[in-house]
Amino acid sequence: MEKQEYTITLYTENSIGMIGRISGIFSRRKINIESLNTSPSEVDGIHRFTILIHESEEVVRKLCRQIEKQVEVLKAYYNTDEELIWQEQALYKVPTEIIAEKAPVERLLREYGASAVVIRNDYTVFETAGHREEIDKLTAELTKYRLIEFVRGARIAIIKDSAGFHAKLKQFEREEPSEETIENEFLDQADKVFTM
Amino acid sequence: MSTLEKTETKPKQKTSTASQLTGSQAVLEALIHEGVDTVFGYPGGAIMPIYDALYDYNDRLRHILVRHEQGGIHAAQGYARTSGRVGVAFATSGPGATNLVTGLADAMIDSNPIVCVTGQVFASLLGTDAFQEVDVINITTPVTKWNYQVTDASEIPSVLAKAFHIASTGRPGPVLIDITKNAQLQLFDYPGYATCDHIRSYRPKPIVRKEYIEQAAELINAAKKPFVLFGQGIIIGKAEEEFKNFIEKGGFPAAATVMGLSALETAHPQHVGMLGMHGNYAPNVMTNECDVLIAIGMRFDDRVTGRLDKYAKQAKVIHLDIDPAEIDKNVKTTVPVWGDCKETLPQLTDLIQTNDHREWLNQFRELEAEEIKEVIHPELNPTSEVLTMGEVVRLLNEHTNGDAVIVTDVGQHQMVACRYAKFNKSKSSVTSGGLGTMGFGLPAAIGAWYGAPERDVIAIIGDGGIQMTIQELGTIMQFGAKVKILILNNEFLGMVRQWQQLFHDKRYSFVNITSPDFVAVAKGYYIEGNKVSEREQLKEALKTMLDHDGAYLLEVMVGKENNVFPMVAQGTSVSEIRLK
Repeated sequence: MEKQEYTITLYTENSIGMIGRISGIFSRRKINIESLNTSPSEVDGIHRFTILIHESEEVVRKLCRQIEKQVEVLKAYYNTDEELIWQEQALYKVPTEIIAEKAPVERLLREYGASAVVIRNDYTVFETAGHREEIDKLTAELTKYRLIEFVRGARIAIIKDSAGFHAKLKQFEREEPSEETIENEFLDQADKVFTM
Repeated sequence: MSTLEKTETKPKQKTSTASQLTGSQAVLEALIHEGVDTVFGYPGGAIMPIYDALYDYNDRLRHILVRHEQGGIHAAQGYARTSGRVGVAFATSGPGATNLVTGLADAMIDSNPIVCVTGQVFASLLGTDAFQEVDVINITTPVTKWNYQVTDASEIPSVLAKAFHIASTGRPGPVLIDITKNAQLQLFDYPGYATCDHIRSYRPKPIVRKEYIEQAAELINAAKKPFVLFGQGIIIGKAEEEFKNFIEKGGFPAAATVMGLSALETAHPQHVGMLGMHGNYAPNVMTNECDVLIAIGMRFDDRVTGRLDKYAKQAKVIHLDIDPAEIDKNVKTTVPVWGDCKETLPQLTDLIQTNDHREWLNQFRELEAEEIKEVIHPELNPTSEVLTMGEVVRLLNEHTNGDAVIVTDVGQHQMVACRYAKFNKSKSSVTSGGLGTMGFGLPAAIGAWYGAPERDVIAIIGDGGIQMTIQELGTIMQFGAKVKILILNNEFLGMVRQWQQLFHDKRYSFVNITSPDFVAVAKGYYIEGNKVSEREQLKEALKTMLDHDGAYLLEVMVGKENNVFPMVAQGTSVSEIRLK
């Protein structure tokens, strides 16, 4: 089967060690994660993972079943790019003198919808968000103009025909509220836990 | 200890009358509420508070001091397998915890319900490379169904309730709870223990889909050559009766995986033997002849399927499993019947027509006759001077009549025991199927005995495997498990030797293993024993072993270079199974 880009969206409990448990499912099968983002979701207390991989559909389907089997994962979805609204963000640090002197740079930044975040005498930081190819192109262009630093964020994505997780969660919660959150004297006091 | 009402109370309300307990006491209270009667464990620095509390619980919890933590968890596995309950193991931090890893992996792949409690350094020392500190949670993540680190005692009741729920429901598996020493020592307001029956992110059983049951029944009713493969799911699901009703109504031939052995009594007229690399001839060959393959509670392990692209390609496949991740994992399924087979089997049985498929079953028997002539008869009734493993198992059957629990280690003796041992009732075969853990046999047999002390427990072990966990003779010595240890000694790591003979030009590379005087070793542990190498003495020696009131070790010298056949060589199809 053809390999292509798939975005896996997970709804999980927000517990320590989840990233490890989930990334292990990929690394065990020697599958590279192209990007991974964790964030809050539309539902309070539920975490959302967005994982990008390049694989065949069969492999992605099996991976999602293995992931969903994890006790603290509520649901795993996978989608192709067409089924998603997705974006990646990027930051660029460029010498300010170059922008001031070279007209093409300014044009370039306008063209790609990049905006300045910080402007200093020595450098300027731009940010842009969009699809991978656009970001890659801008990076390639800016490299010609002494790009000092570059970083691209993980993909985040919205599933076009998803109605969100609120209703689904209700099905999962037979009892409401599901469980008392435990007060842990160490939970918010990392300094007490790590005393190196 | 105050008794507790069942969960209905709103968890947010804390009762003012709650008594105070330490985290350690809360751990033991949890075990008692979960019905645990036996714990296998080994103390150490970071779990000392729990052991201190155990001192006062000695009347309610039996603790078996093993000789190595690996022995502890294998014993817990054996206990789980014969009792059908959760096996519990304790270990300390660091090396204690890492010694559990093999057992966790074994329990994970063989779906054993296990709860391990490990001690951990004080929370304030986490990440400092403290003495006996190891990142147990990360080390055990891939080999546990769930794991969790407790740093505050107030978490203990709910976390342990969750642990038992997760370990024992759905597709069972091992759970590890790591408890920092401060949490064990901490006094807290004990709210009482409430068992857990729901975790919102965890659905142990998929919902049974009626349409799939109907589709499956339709396929089965139209089948001319239906064939049932059954695995441990039948035993875990306590669905032995439902399964028997199903195959009897439909008249299907049924073959067991290694893990499925004893789910159906060996003597059942529709039991056509064991699947897999060293399974029986007929079920392997017929897998590629049947028109509908009905797989129940099994996972199409590569040792069962052989070469996948030549596996049952002609057949429509119906797969009944509780774990949705197993559907289509290895073999493409025509109709997936998700769910607990205790629920799905009766529904399916209702919809299938009564049939006897006599012709078809006879075809199995014809192939079986061939295997009996070529393999089974010479193995069980050898004319050679040296003893065969098969004849030992045959004589054992004559004594036990199939009523004993047979525990095996891993290797040639395991395959021979699985092939030839007779089983009359469920939960009678305990073996390391998925992981193939040498050293499993002896400690698992100890646990198996505690799980079913009224039964005869016989550990069949090779001369290699016994030396991996032989220290557990000390556990037997101290606590008196009446385990019968039958060592089949061929003075080789037999299965590896067999492969070296067949596939590596007989270049015997480090398969020649010497052994101590096992009977003398047993004697050193005050365990009676005997050694035989002559056919005339064998029957009597077995009887002496079985009649002995207490543990006993019998070493039988068997042929050095005998091979286990039939064999589906790696990379070949099940229909290419070799009889020699």
